[in-house]
Amino acid sequence: MTGEEIRQVVLDILERIAPDEDLSGLDDAMAFREQMELDSMDFLDIVMELRKAYRIQIPEDEYEHLTTMATTVAYLEPRLKDVPVAG
Amino acid sequence: MPVNDRIVITGIGLTAPNGNSLNEFRRNLLSGRSGVVNYETRYMPPVLAGVCNFDELRYQSRREVRRGTRAGSVAIYCSNEAIRHAELDWDNVEKCRVGVYLGITEHGNVETENEIYEISQFEYDTKVWSHHHNPRTVANNPAGEVTLNLGITGPHLTVGAACAAGNAGFIQGLQMLRLNEVDIAIAGGVSESIHTFGIFASFQSQGALATHEDPTQASRPFDNARNGIVVAEGGGICILERLPDALKRGATIYGEIIGHAMNSDASDFVLPNSERQAECMRLALSRAGITQHDVDLVSSHATATEQGDIEEATALREVFGGTNAVVNNTKSFIGHAMGAAGALELLGNLSSFDDGMAHATINVDSPDPRCELDQLVANQPRDLGKVRSILNNSFGMLGINSVLIVQKYED
Repeated sequence: MTGEEIRQVVLDILERIAPDEDLSGLDDAMAFREQMELDSMDFLDIVMELRKAYRIQIPEDEYEHLTTMATTVAYLEPRLKDVPVAG
Repeated sequence: MPVNDRIVITGIGLTAPNGNSLNEFRRNLLSGRSGVVNYETRYMPPVLAGVCNFDELRYQSRREVRRGTRAGSVAIYCSNEAIRHAELDWDNVEKCRVGVYLGITEHGNVETENEIYEISQFEYDTKVWSHHHNPRTVANNPAGEVTLNLGITGPHLTVGAACAAGNAGFIQGLQMLRLNEVDIAIAGGVSESIHTFGIFASFQSQGALATHEDPTQASRPFDNARNGIVVAEGGGICILERLPDALKRGATIYGEIIGHAMNSDASDFVLPNSERQAECMRLALSRAGITQHDVDLVSSHATATEQGDIEEATALREVFGGTNAVVNNTKSFIGHAMGAAGALELLGNLSSFDDGMAHATINVDSPDPRCELDQLVANQPRDLGKVRSILNNSFGMLGINSVLIVQKYED
């Protein structure tokens, strides 16, 4: 997956987690939690969805990389570069 | 009785397979409209069920629905409807003086089945087991979701009471009001049972799951052709208040709970016991300070199992034989709504205080002589002229019995 494809995957997950939010104007440089309602259980949903769709295990001490869209994509890019987008 | 011990119903919210409000439910009960339909559940051939179609998003965001449970959504819908129906000035209600008491038959099976199915898609890798599983399956979940939704900071709990739970929820609310633990009790029962295949499979293994070519004729208590239970979901929740509080705020009073009782058969895991059921009814009558001759309408529990119907009819003949009390059955329309059954069956009859009608027991084409009841309201509603008191039976597995007596409130 390219960085842009990973961004779309994460955006799709966020839309499922926060179905009432309008994420069209999401600022990639701003923390998710500062621009949408996202508590710790919601955050774990991001980790879980990635695990289910791409079998990627994200250790708890690396959750800090999933703060903004930009840091999330940067963190996932090398880990998912050889993985196709799930159907 | 001290006036502060007099507990009245001032608001009603419900969802039943044939109605999402008191008026719609009543209208369909009087017109003979069933809510039982064909239904698909995991792993099993198609079954029959009572399915509710209330609008979850009326009182919840999509996020809340995603995070919570079906039982929570049922409870939230009914609680909000009850508050609205009670015309409470909710913004100014002291939320720490509100308690939520909801009867449940079981809770958590839906979510556990879902998670097991989910991990089965991942070779049973427990790392994909949801972190939402625990908050969704704790036994207080449906009541707790109501407090989250409505900002209630008073106590909340569920009352696990098998299929006697609807009455048990009302009784818990009544007792907490009498103890002055709360000023408003949001009380009743809920069930999401149709979303677990296990309840259907278990009744089927027990030989107690109803089948019929026509879903609307599948639930047939007291009829010779009955062949088991139609599982249903639903919720019935009331606003309960002490009489002086209700009068002070000029609330409409839909009925007064004048008697209640619960007891245990102590005889079998699943088979009911007419002796204990009769004792329970007599205890409720005694606490209400009335006799069997003062009851106008008995809302029966009968689920359309062979032995269950015989036992209850035996108990009813023993207590109400020779009286003018008529007997009807709401399950014949909606199936068995489990934790909500007792609540919905009371609420389906409550409007008789106003319209004087006893809704029918439908599908009694050939009454089982072993369930003989002289005053069974069969197939067509009956105009009683005036209804002053209703006795509501609700019984469950492990031999749990509950009876509630509600009287029309008159100044």
